[in-house]
Amino acid sequence: MALPLILIIVLLVLYPALYSLHLATLNKGMERFVGFDNFTFLFSRETFWMVVKQSVVFAVTAVVFKALIGFCVAHFVHNVPVKGQRKWRGMLLVPWVIPPAMSTLAWLWLFDPSYSAFNWLLVKGGFEPIGWLGEVGWARFAVILVNVWVGAPFFMIMYLAALKSVPEQLYEAAAIDGANWWQKLWYITIPMMRNIIAITVLFSLIVTFANFDIVRVLTAGGPLDNTHVFATWAFKVGIEGSDLPLGASVSLFMFPILAIFAIFILRDITKRGAEN
Amino acid sequence: MAKVILRKVVKNYDDTPAVRGIDLEIADEEFVVLVGPSGCGKSTTLRMIAGLEDITAGDILIGEEVVNDVPPKDRDIAMVFQNYALYPHMTVYENMSFGLRLKKAPKAEIARRVENAARILDISELLERKPKQLSGGQRQRVAMGRAIVRDPKVFLFDEPLSNLDAKLRVQMRTEIKKVHQKVRTTTVYVTHDQVEAMTLADRVVVMNGGLIEQVGTPNDLYHFPATRFVAGFIGSPAMNFIPCKLEAAAGGLRVKLSEAIAFPVPANRVERYKAHLGAGKLLFGIRPEHLIEQRPHAEPDQHPFEVPLEVTEPMGMETLVHFLVEGTEVCGRVNPNAGALAGKPMKLVADLANMHLIDEASGRVL
Amino acid sequence: MAKSRSMKDDRRRAMIWSYFFLCIFVVFFLTPPFYMLLTSFKSNAEIASATSPWWVHAPTLDNYIELLTTETYLTFFRNSAMVSVLVVAITMAISIPAAFALSRMKFWGSGTLATGVFLTYLIPETLLFIPLFQIFVWVTEFTGIELINRWYVLVILYPTLTVPFATWIMIGYFASIPKELDEAALIDGAGYLQILTRIFIPVALPGIIAATIFAFTVSWAQFLYPLAFTTSADQLVLPVGIITTLIRGDVFTWGQIMTGALLGAAPPLIIYAFLMDYYIAGLTAGATKG
Repeated sequence: MALPLILIIVLLVLYPALYSLHLATLNKGMERFVGFDNFTFLFSRETFWMVVKQSVVFAVTAVVFKALIGFCVAHFVHNVPVKGQRKWRGMLLVPWVIPPAMSTLAWLWLFDPSYSAFNWLLVKGGFEPIGWLGEVGWARFAVILVNVWVGAPFFMIMYLAALKSVPEQLYEAAAIDGANWWQKLWYITIPMMRNIIAITVLFSLIVTFANFDIVRVLTAGGPLDNTHVFATWAFKVGIEGSDLPLGASVSLFMFPILAIFAIFILRDITKRGAEN
Repeated sequence: MAKVILRKVVKNYDDTPAVRGIDLEIADEEFVVLVGPSGCGKSTTLRMIAGLEDITAGDILIGEEVVNDVPPKDRDIAMVFQNYALYPHMTVYENMSFGLRLKKAPKAEIARRVENAARILDISELLERKPKQLSGGQRQRVAMGRAIVRDPKVFLFDEPLSNLDAKLRVQMRTEIKKVHQKVRTTTVYVTHDQVEAMTLADRVVVMNGGLIEQVGTPNDLYHFPATRFVAGFIGSPAMNFIPCKLEAAAGGLRVKLSEAIAFPVPANRVERYKAHLGAGKLLFGIRPEHLIEQRPHAEPDQHPFEVPLEVTEPMGMETLVHFLVEGTEVCGRVNPNAGALAGKPMKLVADLANMHLIDEASGRVL
Repeated sequence: MAKSRSMKDDRRRAMIWSYFFLCIFVVFFLTPPFYMLLTSFKSNAEIASATSPWWVHAPTLDNYIELLTTETYLTFFRNSAMVSVLVVAITMAISIPAAFALSRMKFWGSGTLATGVFLTYLIPETLLFIPLFQIFVWVTEFTGIELINRWYVLVILYPTLTVPFATWIMIGYFASIPKELDEAALIDGAGYLQILTRIFIPVALPGIIAATIFAFTVSWAQFLYPLAFTTSADQLVLPVGIITTLIRGDVFTWGQIMTGALLGAAPPLIIYAFLMDYYIAGLTAGATKG
């Protein structure tokens, strides 16, 4: 009964993943084996190193803020009376529900240089307008901002579920022991949520690191390739530049980092297995 | 209606033995209870009869047929589970009729059988409800109803009352007994609760460590336990076991518990115990209800002794008294008006007609 | 303790501050969709004018009318709907039996397979799309079946995203069904197939709904695969269609783009609005079970 599942995993996930290793060793026309030439070529390109740096900075910054905002908002929702929580939760999860390619279009329009709704507010407030997507620093800020906007609600939902699973008696016991809110947070909430925090952060790191939609729609890597991450650059080189082997080489660089995540997760799984 | 026979049945999980070779013959219409502590193999035995577990060795017969390789659905059995295992998405009616519907029984027949079972169990009003809308006792009835509807050769019960509160448990116990008296289907019932076993069973099978310790009627087990395990397991509070010495005395034998306490062996047991004079370590076994306050008129074989009480536990209809004999804690049951006080000495009598002598090494009751 | 506050006061203060911050975050989270809605009611002239972008001065439904009568946009919508519905059907047909097998039958390699399902998360589509593209080019060459630039290629591709997670969700739901329920059904005379269809599927229905919603939203939102594998206007699905055809060169017809994006976001939003609890259950099931 699990055969179709196995077929999908083997034929459409494992095989292509391994095949991309082979693909990365071919030349652009895919008729000649070139060994590590694609990789040495990449190492010699400044853009490549910029993409590496941008991917890491993008993923780490975005995940940290998603986790922080998600954690705070989950607490805010948890603090209001239970019968109102559904309504707040419902509104706060909307960014996660809209297909990211669609919502990023809205951000693109909000950031628009000439009719920008944000700049209109800035000018009204007496500030200089900002070239949101035209200046390197602001463009990098923008892609992270949109990513945080899309992802934070997911963290919020996860942490809210985790908060609700902490028994109320623990807080009551802590209050009787004289703990203030900070001590309750530090000694009860965070230890009780440690597992879920670790898992969400790890998984979010993976998907953020491999993100494509937001950067592609918002900046398409620009200005001057400054906001490219691995996925968008691989797309540009591989599909748009018709150099599949080079594109494959680029996307393969995601693999070592993902493999490290995999080790963490596997260790966690085996540890849980041992506990059971 | 059928007998169930187990012949040298063995069950190993990987290499750990769960059932180590048991023989048991259950008569048609008999109500047999398998009882023992957790891990004794009673549930495994039941599940092997049901066909939910493979048999490592031996034979199981239902009716005249060896069913070792017959799948559960073809064994013509019905089972009531500890957590009832009612299908949560089906109404009571659908739950009870599921087996018959799978067999494609005619609709009218199904309706007749379900209504009949519902009447027996007094759940006719609940047929349209879902399990979630039922109380624990009602779920229990539905689970039984599901078994009755199938009109099987054998009923199997796997600790069916342990999820109920104490009061309901007593009520449902009576209910199960009534149902059995009405439908008279051969029943195998597993429990860890010896009171349940005693009250329900025609015969009780006491299991321990994957083996049968003793099979017998409730009264047999109570009065004539074969082993120390059975003696200690049946009855509450449990039988006292006090290390003792068997000595020859004027005209017979006596058991000496301490320097101060020694009882003469009743005359009718002297022959039985004689062979064990000077044998290995012996235990004197006596139930708390046979250690009572001294009364004005002593019965034959009642022998008085005096001990300082450690603790008294008033239970209302009786008071439990605890005292030490050579470091062994002993429990007795006295009349609440007998004036038992902790820390004070009290005069008690031992009813030696109900004493047991146990060989400590083999655990056999002599 | 000179100035100790009661717990009730503490709670009140926490609540008031929570409301305050929740309002701020709701503004942050809802501004883009709100702005989409706002823009969709504006004419091109108003968008180009210097009036406040945060208000609609002359609301109009022109954008909606124009899009809903444009054949290409309707084609995108149709393609998206076909792909998503087929992918949902395939996903459930594969993952329900697989989850049943993995949660109930202990067979050789079942543990490894369960872990394998989980680890497919680690190979994102952004790593797979280039080798898959080349593999599909081959398949076309060898078999003559056109796959590149055909909408149905997405029906083959999307299950790689939906099946592992849907299976994972279902394993969780199936595992929570007590073992005695199968045994009772077994004694009642049900076979494995009947246990699956008459006990497991009805009992785990909330999980199946959650997994269905998940598969649908993932298929509807997927962007990279259609962008890489389809190019002709009649083969595109919504997200890619809107971005590649409504944005013509440097001319952004924002009114139409926002309307198209909003309509494109509508199906998942509607599902979310009506089945929020299932949606959230599916979301949290993956992580808490993992």
